[in-house]
Amino acid sequence: MAGSSPAEYVTHHLKHWSSSEDAGFITMDAWHIDTLIFSTVLGLIFLTLFRIAAVRATSGVPGKLQNFVEIMVDFVDQSVKDSFDGARTFIGPLALTIFCWVFLWNCMDLIPVDLIPSLWAMGHSALGHDPAHAYIRVVPSADMSATFALSLSVFILIFVYSFKGKGVGGFAKEFLTHPFGAKLLPFNVILNTVEYLAKPLSLALRLFGNLYAGELIFILIALLPWWAQIIPGLGWMIFHILVVTLQAFIMMTLTIVYLSMAHAHDEH
Amino acid sequence: MQASIPSIVGQMIVFAIFVLFTMKYVWPPIIKAMEERRAKIADGLAAAEKGAQALKAASSKADDELKVARTQAQEILATANKQATQMIEQAKTAATTEAERIKANGAAEVQRELAQAKDALRKQVGELAVLGAAKILKREIDAKAHAEVLGDLAARV
Repeated sequence: MAGSSPAEYVTHHLKHWSSSEDAGFITMDAWHIDTLIFSTVLGLIFLTLFRIAAVRATSGVPGKLQNFVEIMVDFVDQSVKDSFDGARTFIGPLALTIFCWVFLWNCMDLIPVDLIPSLWAMGHSALGHDPAHAYIRVVPSADMSATFALSLSVFILIFVYSFKGKGVGGFAKEFLTHPFGAKLLPFNVILNTVEYLAKPLSLALRLFGNLYAGELIFILIALLPWWAQIIPGLGWMIFHILVVTLQAFIMMTLTIVYLSMAHAHDEH
Repeated sequence: MQASIPSIVGQMIVFAIFVLFTMKYVWPPIIKAMEERRAKIADGLAAAEKGAQALKAASSKADDELKVARTQAQEILATANKQATQMIEQAKTAATTEAERIKANGAAEVQRELAQAKDALRKQVGELAVLGAAKILKREIDAKAHAEVLGDLAARV
């Protein structure tokens, strides 16, 4: 951060490593390469770990890895069982993937905020590029692209489960006549549209907002002189451990709840 | 802060692949292992319950058998005692009769020896009487000629 103003430092930290220079709020052609790489690598870490445990799984005395994985699976399975009364062959794995993946995303926020960007800038200058253009953001959940990808997938699944649980006709009937009855059809449609749109929006923005704010606070703390960083850094870090787990849990639980609501025959 | 539509689509594809992978290769084996272990534990608990019951039954059976054995032993002891007393009684009577017999034998022997001694004494007295008579008569009595007289004398003493 030597030689740059705090504003420059912050904006530099909040810029994605993207495939093109589109600076719009919503971009149609800029890929967030950092988000894609980090989220995919983290997902592969999760899958590798769990796959190893699954391959070695024994009904005898479990090892430490299997123990951990079984605790996770059992916890997710229990959460699904509590609110979803159908076959859990898809929802279980879905919830497990969401929880573990989002948890790992959020954990990236606990890495010192300057560590990977500094290494990235050093790598850039070593290759003869301008380090001022070395942008990288390591927390996938602090990128709307990642959180909306999850919430839109869930949004699609809400319809899939609605059709599966109620049938297309049942879904249409509920969409048009609930909650005010058939006579107030336009109001039903307005209310249900808002309700349906609110689900993916709130799901994505909640996770994004929490982690983006968390990242931003870490960046601001990093602007302080080094001796003043310790106490707020420590406090925010400890608080953030809670946020990291909680947001992953909320993401999973809301997914389960939305899908079980969509699947249930008699709502309300 | 920027939302990138291509990134969203890319992430959704990655997400779908991850979920399918989890569904196919992660979730089932672990759930299966857990179910199997649950069944095993249930079996184990049932077996333990059964074992405890069997132990209870066996120990009560052992108690019963012990009781039976104890009464049997007592019976045997009682019979043995009775037999022992009987045997002692028998031995006593046998010993008494034997003692009596020996006593009788002894008495007969004494009688016999007494008679023998009397006979011998008689003979000697006879001889002495003959010797005395011979000395008195101052002549030799022909022992052979007077054997009959001497025998008669000896029998009379």
